[in-house]
Amino acid sequence: MKIIDQHTKKIMEDCKVRARDAGLCFDNESLEYIVTNQDLIELSPKGMIPTLYDYWVNDVETLKGKGQYKLYPHNPYETVINSRPAISYYNDNNPDWLNIMIFYHVIGHIDFFQNNILFEHTWSDDFVGKALADKRHIAQLRSQHGRWVDYIIEFSRSIDNLTGYFTELSIRNFPQNMEPTDKLRYYFDEFLPKETLANIGKIYSEIERYNILLESNDMVAESMFFSDIKSKHPEFESKFQKYKDIRKERSIDIMDFIRDNSPFLKRDENQWMKAVINIVRDTSLYFAPQIRTKTINEGWASYWHDELFRKDDRIKGHESEYSVINAKVTSISRVGYNPYAIGLRLVQYIESLADAGKISREYQLILNSERRDEFNKISGKGKEALFNLRSQFSDFMLINTYVDQDFVDLHKLFVVGERLNQQRGTVEYYVKSKKAEDYKRMLIDNMYHPPFITIDTEKSNDKKLFLKHHFEGKQLYKPYINDTLLGIEYLWFGNIAQGEVILETTDIIKRKGSEDSVSFEYKPIHYIISNKKVSKRYL
Amino acid sequence: MDAIGFQNNPKPTLQVMLQTIEDLISRDDQREKDGFPRRIRLGRIVKPNKNNQKVVVVPTTTEPKFYHDDSVTSDEQETGGTGDGQEGEVIGEAPAESQQGEGEGQGAGQGGDGEGHDVVADAFDLGRILTQKFQLPNLKVKGKKRSFTKYKYDLTDRNRRTGQLLDKKATLRKIIQTNILLGNLDEDGLIDPEKMVLNPQDEIYRILSAEKDFETQAVVFFLRDYSGSMQGKPTESVTSQHLLIYSWLMYQYNENVETRFILHDQTAKEVKDFHTYHNSSVAGGTNVFPAFELVNKIIEEESLYIDNNIYVFYGTDGDDWDSDGKRALEETEKILVHANRMGITVARNTWTTGTTTVERYFEQSGLLKNKPDLIRIDAFSANDADEARLIEGIKKLVEQKA
Repeated sequence: MKIIDQHTKKIMEDCKVRARDAGLCFDNESLEYIVTNQDLIELSPKGMIPTLYDYWVNDVETLKGKGQYKLYPHNPYETVINSRPAISYYNDNNPDWLNIMIFYHVIGHIDFFQNNILFEHTWSDDFVGKALADKRHIAQLRSQHGRWVDYIIEFSRSIDNLTGYFTELSIRNFPQNMEPTDKLRYYFDEFLPKETLANIGKIYSEIERYNILLESNDMVAESMFFSDIKSKHPEFESKFQKYKDIRKERSIDIMDFIRDNSPFLKRDENQWMKAVINIVRDTSLYFAPQIRTKTINEGWASYWHDELFRKDDRIKGHESEYSVINAKVTSISRVGYNPYAIGLRLVQYIESLADAGKISREYQLILNSERRDEFNKISGKGKEALFNLRSQFSDFMLINTYVDQDFVDLHKLFVVGERLNQQRGTVEYYVKSKKAEDYKRMLIDNMYHPPFITIDTEKSNDKKLFLKHHFEGKQLYKPYINDTLLGIEYLWFGNIAQGEVILETTDIIKRKGSEDSVSFEYKPIHYIISNKKVSKRYL
Repeated sequence: MDAIGFQNNPKPTLQVMLQTIEDLISRDDQREKDGFPRRIRLGRIVKPNKNNQKVVVVPTTTEPKFYHDDSVTSDEQETGGTGDGQEGEVIGEAPAESQQGEGEGQGAGQGGDGEGHDVVADAFDLGRILTQKFQLPNLKVKGKKRSFTKYKYDLTDRNRRTGQLLDKKATLRKIIQTNILLGNLDEDGLIDPEKMVLNPQDEIYRILSAEKDFETQAVVFFLRDYSGSMQGKPTESVTSQHLLIYSWLMYQYNENVETRFILHDQTAKEVKDFHTYHNSSVAGGTNVFPAFELVNKIIEEESLYIDNNIYVFYGTDGDDWDSDGKRALEETEKILVHANRMGITVARNTWTTGTTTVERYFEQSGLLKNKPDLIRIDAFSANDADEARLIEGIKKLVEQKA
């Protein structure tokens, strides 16, 4: 791994100037490295972050990658990571023109990372630097605690897909003064209705009293309001304190709930484990937007490498070589899903819609298909729409909003089904549906969507941890349930369990009726783990 | 990131920290002691090729998490596609048993005879891992026959600076090398030993070390049924299990164990190598005895029993047209006169209920009870047999005491 030579760096700096002229927006600094394919095999299990902490699962992946490479050598063109400065990796021996094309693609990604709102929490610090500090911390912990560090990493990673990424994002953007204080919340939501058994009218009049105080003097409104209450309800303060104690620290997700409340982690000798959980959780949050923007990010970068390189005079003499490589990257597969291809087509489609003024209320109101076809108000707002898309959209929003029948027909897209042909002993691929709604559903079904699992804080205590899976029509993958629970049990109780961890979820049972009809039964179930033994109980 | 560090040190810690398969496996052993499930599995990546099938052994693992599972509610895999075609139209097909790619490494390829020596090389690799991971009980030699694994101590290993015996030739070579690097040797070939610098690092010693001494003393027969009913899963299970046994033998006995391969349907034939044995497609009806008969014929004709331990591994789906197995049993008894162990694998077909013909007649013959040290049967449903089950099966077939 070495830094790119000055000649190539200069070429890339030229690209930056042209990209900025076209409207892309990104930090001035970037780092480019020349890597071998072997380097890439070692980097990829670490999400391309060279400084990520060491962990044996990554070594397994690396060994597997090396084995695979032995039989099936391959040669990736580039990879970029969302760091400050942004780092990208290149194979050596690329001719200049190819580096220009690749770097335009890279700039597309950097622009996306640095402007898309889903990445907001990664904007203020450099993950590569942070990861290096974490890696050293873990290495130091390992010298003290040996393999137990790896167990804590493992168990933390077993729940790292349940991080409250969107909650984090919304807290970040939530106006601080919109939330009432804990005390007010307790008074109105708990104390009045539950302790004093006040009726609605009484509650409203109290709210009114508070609002009047707030209007007249918002700085001291709360203290004035409560000084009155103290005399009326002398028990209020102590009850509020008790409520605060019982009510666990507000947590964003399972990981930080366990970190802050686990009786096992609370012990002095186990404090170090919390640092490990934090490292794993932060890493997961860092990758969270990337995994949710694969299609749109690749589409955006492919759009720009094409747009910028075709207009670049340095393409001269390499047009046909470029088109071959471009086609390999961005052609839609006859069978299979290529995020570069679909992403690019969607971006181009949206640009054409916006250019024709079709992203407008006026167009949406037209129901007549002929008039829809004829509609064309040259707006010249295509690029503007694209930049808006790049700042605001995730894969889900992109696909859910813009995959429609026109798009599906335009590119002759369809859903491919896979079925066994018993007679021929083969798997057949067939055109299953050409409907946009099916195609969209297929894309959405294949998207990253971890289950939504929360802690029931009311039912959890030092002897019990209660997890609730909010059922969304899909059951949990059963072979992994026991092992995942095993890790959670360890994080809550340690090696000697003094209670149980309960997971409430829903099983789907398939029933075959008469004449090939199939029905599904949804059965709520508890998975209970105690002392590493899992039992099940239907509710 | 400390970019400077990377520049100065082109191979950063990545390389240094990477664990080997052995490290990972010993970690796995430790996990079991700590009360956590094992996580490392061994997979094989196969690149099928007409002339030589390449196999690479890789570790694989999974990271269990809570994931959604669609398989209950949706029957088939879906993906995207593009181009012409009406709804319902078939646009492509692939073999139902995929032949390439990673996996838990099961499955015999289709296809005819071919040169396949890569299998041997990589089987050695697989065996090394199997021997360590699964601690298969070693086959021991019974009676008065000599052991074919023994150690001798010899001054074979070399060490710099210290040791039992100075290796003069190697030392001189090293000294010359050093002096060439130092520029002390004239190019015109006139060597003046007085000019040479003697560095203690250049002294090469021989040290006493344990060396394994191998003598080929075992012949292992691999037999399998390749009749029509073996199509699919049973063949996959049997060939996979035999590949595991073969790999392990190749490792344990340093490729010095002699192997013979026999396929049978209604008749039996010997094939020349494991590759052909592993990959031959299914053929006709089923008679078990010709295979056993052929084993006896080979043993007699080549007088293998005089100098060799003889092992026979036989794989079948349990089907035999000869329902009382009279001749098969006769031949088995003959085999058992010479063989140290005969291991029979019955990979039952899905449609089989209860015991199979082969299992039944072996059971009734009393051989299993009377000679538990010489003959073992392991039967399972081929459909449910994963690699762990196959390895469990090998243990049953080769363990020392019943």
